Amino acid sequence: MDDIFTDYTLRTVALGAGTLGIVSGALGSYAVLRKQSLLGDALSHAALPGVALAFILTGSKGQFVLMLGAAIAGWIATLFVAQIVRHTRIKQDSALGLVLSVFFGFGLMLLTFIQQRADASQAGLDRFLFGQAAALLESDVITMAAVGGLAIALMLIFWKELKLLSFDPDFAVTIGFPVRALDILLTTLLVIAIVVGLQTVGVVLMSAMVVAPAVAARQWTDKLAVMVGAAAFFGAISGVVGAYISSREENLPTGPAIVICITCIALLSLALAPNRGLVWSRVRQWRNAHGLRSDAVLADLLALAQQHDEAQHGHSVEVLTAMRPEQGGVARTLRQLADQGFAVSNNAGEWSLTHAGLAEAKRVTSSGQETS
Amino acid sequence: MSQAEIEIQLIAAVVAAACALPGVFLVLRRMAMMSDAISHVVLLGIVLSYFVTRDITSPFLILGATLTGLLTVVLVELLNRTRLVKEDAAIGLVFPFLFSIAVILIAKYAGDVHLDTDAVLLGELAFAPFNRVEFLGLDLGPKALVVMLIIFVLSLAFITLFFKELKLATFDASLASALGFAPAAIHYALMGLVSVTAVGAFDAVGSVLVVALMIAPPASAYLMTDKLSHMLGLSCLFGVISAVSGYWLAVPLDANIAGSMATTAGLLFFVVFLIAPERGLISAARRRSSQKQDFAQTMLAIHLLHHENRPEAEDESRADSLHEHLRWDPRFADQVVRFAERAGLVTRSGPHLMLTELGRGRAQREMAR
Repeated sequence: MDDIFTDYTLRTVALGAGTLGIVSGALGSYAVLRKQSLLGDALSHAALPGVALAFILTGSKGQFVLMLGAAIAGWIATLFVAQIVRHTRIKQDSALGLVLSVFFGFGLMLLTFIQQRADASQAGLDRFLFGQAAALLESDVITMAAVGGLAIALMLIFWKELKLLSFDPDFAVTIGFPVRALDILLTTLLVIAIVVGLQTVGVVLMSAMVVAPAVAARQWTDKLAVMVGAAAFFGAISGVVGAYISSREENLPTGPAIVICITCIALLSLALAPNRGLVWSRVRQWRNAHGLRSDAVLADLLALAQQHDEAQHGHSVEVLTAMRPEQGGVARTLRQLADQGFAVSNNAGEWSLTHAGLAEAKRVTSSGQETS
Repeated sequence: MSQAEIEIQLIAAVVAAACALPGVFLVLRRMAMMSDAISHVVLLGIVLSYFVTRDITSPFLILGATLTGLLTVVLVELLNRTRLVKEDAAIGLVFPFLFSIAVILIAKYAGDVHLDTDAVLLGELAFAPFNRVEFLGLDLGPKALVVMLIIFVLSLAFITLFFKELKLATFDASLASALGFAPAAIHYALMGLVSVTAVGAFDAVGSVLVVALMIAPPASAYLMTDKLSHMLGLSCLFGVISAVSGYWLAVPLDANIAGSMATTAGLLFFVVFLIAPERGLISAARRRSSQKQDFAQTMLAIHLLHHENRPEAEDESRADSLHEHLRWDPRFADQVVRFAERAGLVTRSGPHLMLTELGRGRAQREMAR
């Protein structure tokens, strides 16, 4: 991966994608925690008419102007969503879908309208649609870093407030935090994150950059600070790796490559993360079931031993199996108990408790874990 | 109007009506964003089935795309069921991923065919009339029109046949499953319908307009009526209106027709949002102010009754000091007194207000409640 330091285009693209990953990863964490994952999707679509209008009004396709237009449009879109949900019985999802598609359609109309004006300088607006990481310039990356850095700085300054807002908004209201203002601040920060990434990965794929790093990071930790950090890290990694892969392969667009990277990280995290990961919870489930099974067999052996006065009186596997008709694998459980030193079998293949097993069985039955 | 112009509007209208039918259930079942996911992911289905059939016009493309639509639904539910990811995040994770795969496949292996991402996302209705279906040498009309008509009739038949089941599963899923109506089966049938419609429609109008036409008209209709059958009909009507007016907005601007249809659908929603009877912003504001006025008159009557025949009545019943006693804005107090007089609740004697029999009755009734 030496080229990443020597190849100018690749370095620029990788830096841009990494920056985008950091910003959208960090701020996307809040969206995911507040169950507003699809707000990112809606905002990125809704930004399109802002880009087109900014161009129509100023005639400039300077990056900062277009970003500002996108941000304003995205911001107005959230306002609409909030008003529709507040004043009608239409739910959040329909309001999001409505605003998303209508804004996007309007943007599309404006964009095609601009194209008719045979204005040579309109080229470059298209890249907001699908993203064109390869066309990133060093100055673009600097703008992205500056704007994104500002958003992250604001997030850090209001860390405590935003944390409370995300986890317990009711409590935030009671202790007198300006919750509505904070809500607006957080939405604005998300808008900024999206606008920063728009021209690198495009409208459709931007929503993945908001959701996936946060989902991945969430699996590894229960602490907000760690989650935000990890999401930024995952975002950055996938940005750089995606940019690298797409530069190695011919005809491999950068945006989708980045999205596939980050989704794979998210899926791996879902499977493998300690505690929450699917694999570990399966293992835990299996251990619990196994523990219950061996406890049950121990209890049965104890019951048999008590009926016979002499603890070493042996019983065949069939007897023990008959005592647990609903539970298979008694023979295997007995062998495991023997490994643990709790049970022994005599020459006839009949099982009984050892001294240690007797104590263990009494402990198990008296602590109420007996499951029959 | 030329024949092509008429045909474009016909296609647009049929697409709009076909989208509105399943859209109603998406809006009611709070799964609107599913249409966004499905309409993007059908691209993957089309690409994959294209690799198998090597024929961009094959009907198997519709089948393949419908299956990927259902795959999206299943994947979202699987992720959701792990309880590690909320449903919205699951949607946001699944569809960009599948869409990315589709974009990469197109870029790498299908660059030479008519299958580019622009066309998929944006659609180009203006070209739809040129792609025609012939049967036994007979021109049946534009392909998009024929396909969407079939899908529309299919949807209509499905909804008519299973109207009772759909209604119950939508409004009371637990009762539906208790009665043995299999809400899961209905759910998947509905999602299949959404997928088929999205595939058929996005060929003509692009995936984002599919979302607009599936959500905006039903959302508008939802503000107009409480009856499911009316909502279905109104949604189709709103869809057709948006489609035709969208076309006429696009023509003078020479802009993308799909985009302008989405715009008019949005405008239509905005108008309904403002003026819908009962649920619109304006009538809600009206209702609030009339309730406020109503309550204020009751307050006035109770206030007067409370101090009637008491020594302080001299001061408390003066019309010009009312705002101090009831803590009202002086202008609002004047208005309340005027309306109360007109309603026959109070009469004036000099500067004082006296309760009429009607007013006294109302005050007593309200206090006894």
